[in-house]
Amino acid sequence: MQQSVVAQVFADEWPKIVATLVREVRDIDLAEDAAQQAFTEAAASWGPTNTPSRPGAWLLTTARRRAVDVIRRNATLRAKLGDAVDLDSAIDGDANRIGGESEPGDPEPNQLLDDQLALIFGCCHPALNREAQIAITLRSVCGLSTRQIAAAFLISEATMAKRLVRAKDKIRAAAIPFTVPPRDRLTERLDAVLAVIYLIYTAGHSANDGAVLIRGNLCDEARWLASLVADLLPDQSEAWGLSALINLTDARREARTDEAGQLVLLADQDRSKWDGTLIEAGRYRLNHADGLDQPGPYQIQAAIASTHAIASSEETTQWETIVAMYDHLAIWEPTPVVALNRAAAISKAYGPAAGLEALDKLAFESADELDDYRYYHAARADMLFRLSRRSEAADSYRRALDLTTNESERRFLSKRLAEC
Amino acid sequence: MRYALLLYSDPVAGPEQGSPEQAAEMQQWFAYTEALQGAGALLGGEPLHGTDTATTVKVRDGGTVTTDGPFAETKETLGGFYLIDVETIDDAIEWAAKIPLAPYGSVEVRPIMELPTEA
Repeated sequence: MQQSVVAQVFADEWPKIVATLVREVRDIDLAEDAAQQAFTEAAASWGPTNTPSRPGAWLLTTARRRAVDVIRRNATLRAKLGDAVDLDSAIDGDANRIGGESEPGDPEPNQLLDDQLALIFGCCHPALNREAQIAITLRSVCGLSTRQIAAAFLISEATMAKRLVRAKDKIRAAAIPFTVPPRDRLTERLDAVLAVIYLIYTAGHSANDGAVLIRGNLCDEARWLASLVADLLPDQSEAWGLSALINLTDARREARTDEAGQLVLLADQDRSKWDGTLIEAGRYRLNHADGLDQPGPYQIQAAIASTHAIASSEETTQWETIVAMYDHLAIWEPTPVVALNRAAAISKAYGPAAGLEALDKLAFESADELDDYRYYHAARADMLFRLSRRSEAADSYRRALDLTTNESERRFLSKRLAEC
Repeated sequence: MRYALLLYSDPVAGPEQGSPEQAAEMQQWFAYTEALQGAGALLGGEPLHGTDTATTVKVRDGGTVTTDGPFAETKETLGGFYLIDVETIDDAIEWAAKIPLAPYGSVEVRPIMELPTEA
């Protein structure tokens, strides 16, 4: 069978099969191994003339059989799973349905979505540390290989493999459940899920070192995860806020780097390259979040991104609105980074002198945190440059350059420094 | 699933010995233990004397080395434990959060290792 077809089926079916199996066999490692085996068998046996008409059903049935084989052979698993797992009857229900239409043995569409949500909540359980949550979400929910995850986070495959094994050991030993938390715990538990998705997105969006600015794969996975969680939790405004934020930010992906792979600032981006479909989706999702009337930091950041998205140029952007939104965001996240972005927006809305004033005030309050932060020096350099204070601007560009390892950002800063 | 809830706190944190606050906290402990029992989750548990009464024993080079004091000098010390039997770690976390010392100490949740039994 063609490699690309298998890859597409894999991408579509892996998350569903693992989610279904985790509910049925209650063991994430077993679920993944069984899914992996089913895909390996598919790659070997499917051909142009004998591809099942319902590949998903074929894969699920095969994976279930492999899981049952393992359970039968493994006394410890048998003891642990006990009567809870009735895979034999599930497999009986599978008989003869592989080539046919939907059958009673298929998971209900709603059941499938619940399974996927439950899997996400299990992978992002607060009893796991954040790194483990991210790794296991990408592996189990998204189906990325250990090698792909390791490459995305710039660590060795062996280290990532160890991290995944440790996480799965803890899941099993501590009995971390793969269930959607009850209503009274949902919002609290959702925080971790959204944080994981956001971190996956930011890891894809901006590499701190190395030459690759955008690792699109992680952005796609994060966008998919955010949509899934939002769709399944229609009354959770921050889930919709995050989904909106990722869509609106990702809409600028193509415009964010030029042909040479260099970073293009928002002000200089070719807005015709912005993805209208993603902007539309993001604004729709932001609108849904707004309707729930429970503002939160993701939603406010999405509103800022949306204000940029509807402006035809830097000059026509409603900077005063953006400043007000940063004021609002600073209540939720009183961090120097938010204050820095606010100062940058002030400089656009009310001129570089006002921006520099805000920046000076900020530097006075959190000098320690900002002195090593490259964007602080870059923003300061920009304002000084616009005030024609060239030599001070040059000093700040140099300081920013000292702190930047990302190649495309370095090229950008060097170019600016040369103009001082 | 069986879990040990290990209760750590700074011995000087929490209500003072003999104070009305301590008497009130004692009532909370009784109520908590009764709640665990009522839910059918309690397997056991004991409070421990302070680390100033601890003796640490090691066997090194075939000889027993006995020293006065706890294994590790830390600010938060192990003050007692509960052994519970519940469905998942979510239940264990819920019970841990209700322990009266949780507001000023910490509760470490440790799954009990299930050893293989003879068939």
